[in-house]
Order: sequence, then structure tokens, then C-alpha cells
Amino acid sequence: MPADFNWAIGGEAGDGIDSTGKIFAQALSRAGRHVFTSKDFASRIRGGYTAYKVRTSVEDIQSVVDRLDVLIALTPRTIEENLDELHEGSVIIYDGERTTMQDVEIPEGMVGLNVPLKGLAEEAGGAIMRNVVALGAACAVTNFPIENLDSSLKKRFGDKGQAIVDNNKKAARKGLEYVEEEYDEEDLDYDLDTTDNDYVLLNGDEAIGMGAIAAGCKFYAGYPITPATDVMTYLTGRIERFGGHVVQAEDELAAINLALGAARSGARSMTATSGPGIDLMTETFGLVATSETPLVICDVMRSGPSTGMPTKQEQGDLNTLLHGGHGEVPRFILAPTTVAECFWKTVEAFNLAEQYQTPVYLTSDLALAVTEQTFEPDAFDMDAVEIERGNVVDEESIGDHQTEQEQFKPHELTDDGVSPRAFPGTAGGAHMSTGLEHDELGRRTEDTEMRVKQVDKRDRKVETAREREDWSPREFGNSDAENLVVSWGSNEGALVEALAFLEEDGVDVRVLSVPYIFPRPDLSEEFEAAEEVVVVECNATGQFADVLEHDTLTRVKRINKYNGVRFKADELATDIKETLSA
Amino acid sequence: MSSQVRFTDFKSDKQPTWCPGCGDFGTMNGMMKALAETGNDPDNTFVVAGIGCSGKIGTYMHSYAIHGVHGRALPVGAGVKMANPELEVMVAGGDGDGYSIGAGHFVHAVRRNVDMSYVVMDNRIYGLTKGQASPTSREDFETATTPEGPKQPPVNPLALALASGATFIAQSFSSDALRHQEIVQKAIEHDGFGFVNVFSPCVTFNDVDTYDYFRDSLVDLADEDYDPHDREAAKDRVLDAEKEYMGVLYQDEDSVSYESQHGLDSPMHEIDDGAPEGAMDLVREFY
Repeated sequence: MPADFNWAIGGEAGDGIDSTGKIFAQALSRAGRHVFTSKDFASRIRGGYTAYKVRTSVEDIQSVVDRLDVLIALTPRTIEENLDELHEGSVIIYDGERTTMQDVEIPEGMVGLNVPLKGLAEEAGGAIMRNVVALGAACAVTNFPIENLDSSLKKRFGDKGQAIVDNNKKAARKGLEYVEEEYDEEDLDYDLDTTDNDYVLLNGDEAIGMGAIAAGCKFYAGYPITPATDVMTYLTGRIERFGGHVVQAEDELAAINLALGAARSGARSMTATSGPGIDLMTETFGLVATSETPLVICDVMRSGPSTGMPTKQEQGDLNTLLHGGHGEVPRFILAPTTVAECFWKTVEAFNLAEQYQTPVYLTSDLALAVTEQTFEPDAFDMDAVEIERGNVVDEESIGDHQTEQEQFKPHELTDDGVSPRAFPGTAGGAHMSTGLEHDELGRRTEDTEMRVKQVDKRDRKVETAREREDWSPREFGNSDAENLVVSWGSNEGALVEALAFLEEDGVDVRVLSVPYIFPRPDLSEEFEAAEEVVVVECNATGQFADVLEHDTLTRVKRINKYNGVRFKADELATDIKETLSA
Repeated sequence: MSSQVRFTDFKSDKQPTWCPGCGDFGTMNGMMKALAETGNDPDNTFVVAGIGCSGKIGTYMHSYAIHGVHGRALPVGAGVKMANPELEVMVAGGDGDGYSIGAGHFVHAVRRNVDMSYVVMDNRIYGLTKGQASPTSREDFETATTPEGPKQPPVNPLALALASGATFIAQSFSSDALRHQEIVQKAIEHDGFGFVNVFSPCVTFNDVDTYDYFRDSLVDLADEDYDPHDREAAKDRVLDAEKEYMGVLYQDEDSVSYESQHGLDSPMHEIDDGAPEGAMDLVREFY
């Protein structure tokens, strides 16, 4: 009886794979089990292999592993695709009456449960419910109380009426009863315990959207793009309840310009996109930075370059975020490391943007975006949200920031580089902002001294922030270990779980997970103290490793994965062990 | 806001670097007068400018303003207005800025119908880059980059606007100060996207579309028995290959602005000190 249990449903896109997987994941979560989901999907609407995988445990889990205990296979390809992860005793639920599944051969050592999914669904009220029949069968296999499915079914189908919900409940029970009657229990030795815990289950995109609302974001403009669209989907219909608004723009250029306009009005504003959209937004990014407009730009990375692999994982945009845009402009780059951190880093992004009147790149990735993970609700404690709006002046204080002619100085040269900010409508604050180099009033200038002063002023904001804010990495493992493993973004979960595998093999490591890309923590001391440093990231060239080498003047070893799949805990442990001994 | 606002309050202390005689002087004066006349003042006005000679306008006017990137002034203006519907938003651009690189945004700004005015200074040439063909240049207009003319028909901004569902389409001439001011005023007062194409001659590089040309050829709709609420009549006028018109070509009386449709009625800049009330409900949704 394994401590954690891995389950998947796979078939063709359009088969309802996603919603079925989600129903089961929610049921597990509501039964007080930790859940970590992952998805295999292609960039097409119908057809093509797609799968929804659920890892669950009563212990906290933060990554995926190479193991599947129960697989609902709606197509023969589902079995082929997952052969590596299936093991002796794995249970495969399939509908042998389905034309394409008639000749299917269950691999040796595995248990095939031939369940007439469609037939049973029809008995319950419609063939469309065959996936729910399969869920019922999965409950039988795992001794998971079927009542736990009911509330997820209600959540999923409640809008369609009680009759539909009832039919689905019936369909699930048909699946359960069929397996109980037709198969021996000893073949099916999985037992899913339930607990009293109340978890919430959400993905990184949702956490970013929720973080934005929590942080008082009122304006969102975006253009649909995988895997960032869920941020917009989440905000639509919710942000309005808090006085905000979502615009689906005509393109990414419009999206960032709409958000820039709203930000100039004083609204906390955000846009989210993925790599190809970041390229388009880069044009306006320079204006945002030079006009000192607070704006949060979220990049949910996917495989590049160009259109790359839209539905696959990568952390390949780092160089673009660090260096994108012509000329030189300050920026902040935050990289949440977990789904919960997607929430908190979004809140922080808004605070930094307004405190320093600078664009903030919030860089997430596909692995975080599509991963649903369970948390204690406290992980999103709204009472802990703090709002920092920076140097905003009103009609009373504006006089301190005017020339003798009562002209407001939006780019006033200050010690910390942060100038006063007047929301439009503030009497006495009328001013010009421009992408042209400007003086303190915002007026165009080519004066050599003023040019240098304004560049220095803008750069000073980053230096000030470096001193004032905490840019520490998140630390795991043994802080005295000789071997140091550094990562950024979504790799943290797999890395933290890899520690247990490494410990079994007697490999002692210290892990630093860095959520701040710019400015970033100075790791010189940590690098010096370490015998070996390994940097883990999902790209081919080691973009973060490059900047750390540059910072610390220390050569590092690299683990790079760029096949489109996120790191898995067990696999990463092996990679680390091999890299350290190489 | 206040009656004592004069149009000169919208003037900044920067002297325009436009060429002497440039049509943009008249265009800008009309905009400032229209703003003052419609009861606005610099502190409640937001001017968004594009790139090019026209884009300099934000520097010469005094108000809240931003000088955007090439072709993208319209989405900026829409964002400003949506986030604070109490502001008077005016977007200014040129024919290159608005109908070339910004053509896509133009179509969608028209569809979106945000309550702002859009004044395009159309001189049918790229002036600041020293005389290349623009999207509204005539088919046979010879320039350094088009020695035999562009050999493609000019963009018809009025027809483009009408086809895109515009609720207010007007055309004016910078040198006819009173009519120009009056037309811009109507655009400001319109509940929705008020589009004004202004013939604003380039005295340095365009010797075809001159003051004399417009003065002699423009037909003022005020002199005709013209009903701007008649879309069919507007269609005939904007597609008229023989004549060019001045005045309001089309106005949808039933126009409802984007903000009204979406219930945007207050500034978004005020937010709570912490997470907004009821935010914990957002977490509970994920049970």
C-alpha cells in the first residue's frame, strides 16, 4: 500500500478528460487528502492524446513522480503513452466494448478492469457520463468512499440542474457496483484514507488572479494565450465584484497599452501573457519604465522560441525579461516558486510596482499554471495582505513637489530615485509623461546633464529597493551541507521532494530556491562555502546559471531540462546525484 | 469644471517646434478651445499623444498627458478612461500613427466606443521623417521612397470608421478655426468614441494637399441640408470619390459608451489598505 497514490485519465482532447480529472482531484481534496495534478495536452481542441494526472497523499506533496497506480484509458494510446510509469499491479480501467479498445492488451503483471463504461452510463441516463462511471470504478479500486465524489459532481454539474447531478451520482455508483461485483478485491489493493483536513485546490494562474484581486488590482487587459489565459478567465466575473474590470484586447500591444493607461489613471493594473506576447509587449515596456508607470506584467512561460511548444513547460524567457527592450531601463523580476507563492508574489509585485513606480515582471511558467495543488486555506490568508502605494501626493502635499511656477515634478530627482506621483484629477498635478528623455517636469530634453541625472535616478530605485526590501532565497535541506543546489521558479517542489530521495542515498544537499531574479540575492558567500554548486532550470543553456556565474565569479554545474516536461522529484534526485559525482 | 478656465490654461510654456505655418498649430488651438468650452480644465483632462509631429502636442498642451509609442495611443486612452471615467480623455495622432501602424487599434477603438475623442492630424505625409508617403497619400504622390507614387489607393479613414461601427465620424480643417473648434466640441460631447479627421497641412513636404487645396475643395456639410444621423447618407458621403466633406458625417444618437455599458462609473485609484472586504470568499471557492 504506497503512501502516495497516482491516478490518471487519458484519451483524446474533447473526451472530457480535464473535467473528469478535476472532479476526482476535488473529491480527494475535500476528503482531506493532498493533491498535486499535472496535465499532458497538445495544442489542439479535439483529438490528440491528452491526460490529467493526479498524485495524492495524506502527506504534503509538491511534485509529480514517474508512477501510475490506476489509469483510466479511453484510448489504446493512453496505455502506450504511460507504459513507463505503469508498474506491476497497476490497474487499467477501460471499456472493452469501445471499438478502438476491443483489441487492447493489458501489459503483463497489470490488472485490466474491463468496464462497459458507455453501457453503464446509458443505463444511468446518457453515454456522456461514461467518464463518471469510470470514476465510480476508480472508487471501487481504491476503497475511496463514493460519497466524496458527490459534492464535486454537484460543483461541476449544479448549474445544469439537480436531475443532471443525480444522474451523474447514479453513473458513478454503476461503475462502483460493476467493479465490486465482477472483480476480486485482492487484485485491487489500494486504500485511500480520508482525513478531517479542509484543503483548497487551485492552480498557479488562479492563484495569480486571486493575488491580483487581493492586492487591489482593478484593471486587467490581456489577449488569450496558452498558458496565461486562465489568469484572465479567473479575473473575469470576479474582479467586477471588487470594482474592477477586465478587457480582452485586440492584441498584446493593445493589452499592455490599455493597462498602461489605466495605471496612469492610478488604478492597480496588470496584464498577463506568455513568451510570444512578451515579445510584442516589449515595445511598450520601455515606455512603462521610462514614464515610471507602476505596472505588473505577468509572463507565464512556455516552450520557445517563436511559437515553440505552446502546451509544454520551459523557463526560457529569463534573458528576454532581464534584457528585453532597447536602451537600459530598470525593472523588477519576481519568479514565484509554488502555486501559493504565485499568490504572494503577485501581491508583492503590485507593491513593488507602486513603491518604485516601475514595471514588474511576474514570471510564472506552464508547470505552475496548469498544476492544481492543495493548500491549507491559511496559505492565502487575506488578513496578511499589505498594500504599499508608495509616494502618492494629494492636493495638500502637492505643493512640496512643484516648481515656483506651480508646475508639478513627476520625475523629481530624489535621493531614493522615487518621485511623487499624482493621480490625474489631482489639482495642481497636471503633467506630461513621455518615452522621450525628460526633465523633472516630464518635458522632453536632450540636455546632457539632465539625461545622466534621469538615468541615474531611475537606476537608483533598484539600488534603493535592494537595500530596503528582503530579496532572500527560500532555503531547504541541510544548511551545512557541502553541496549547494540552486533553482528558480517551479522547480522548487520537485527539488524539495528530491531531498528525501537523496537522503536515502546518503547525499546531503542545501537547496536555495530563488524567487527574485532582479534584483536578486547575492549568493557569493553561499557559493564560496559550497564544495559544488548545481543550478537546476528548465531551459537548454542555463540562463539563470549564467547570471549567477556572472554575479559570483564562480563556475557552477548545471542541470537543464528542455524536453517540455517539468522536473519530477525522483528523476531530479538521480540527476543531482550524477551531476555531483561527475 | 470652472467657468473661469480659459483655453490658454491648456497651453504649456514650451514653444512648439512645428514648422512655421504648420497646420498642427490650428488643430491644437481648436482642441484647447473645445476643451475649455466644454467645461474642462487641465487637472481633469488627459491627453494621449502618438508619435510624429502630431505626437508633440502633449508637450505643448498643459494637462495630464502621456506621449505614447508609435500607433498605440488609442488603447492607452481607453485604459485611462476606463480606470477613471471622470476624466476628459482626448487622443491625438497623425495619419501615419493612426492609419498605418495603429490601424488595427483604430478599428477596435471604434468598436469599443469608449467615451473619448480622437483627433487625427492628417497631412497625408510623413513629416518628421522628412517626407515619405503616408497611408493617406494619394496614389500618384511622389516622394523619395515612392518616386512614382505609392501606386496603391489611400486609406479612407472615414469609411474605415463607418464600416467598423463608429458612432461619431467627423472631418475638419485646421485653418477653419471656428468650424474646427465646433466639430471637436461635438466629438467631446458625444457619448462614445468621437472621431475627427483633421486636414492639417504640411507646408514643408506636401505641395499637393495644401491650405489652398482644402480651402477650395472642401464641402462644408453645414451648408447643405445634411442629416448626420442618417447612416445611408453618411455612407454616400464617406465613399464619395469626387468630393471631400467637412463637418459631422455621422452620429449615432443612441450611442452608449463602453463605460456605461460596463457600469464603469467611478475612479479605480482608491483601494483598501489590505485585501478588499470579502476577499476570503475567493479562497473558499476552491474548497
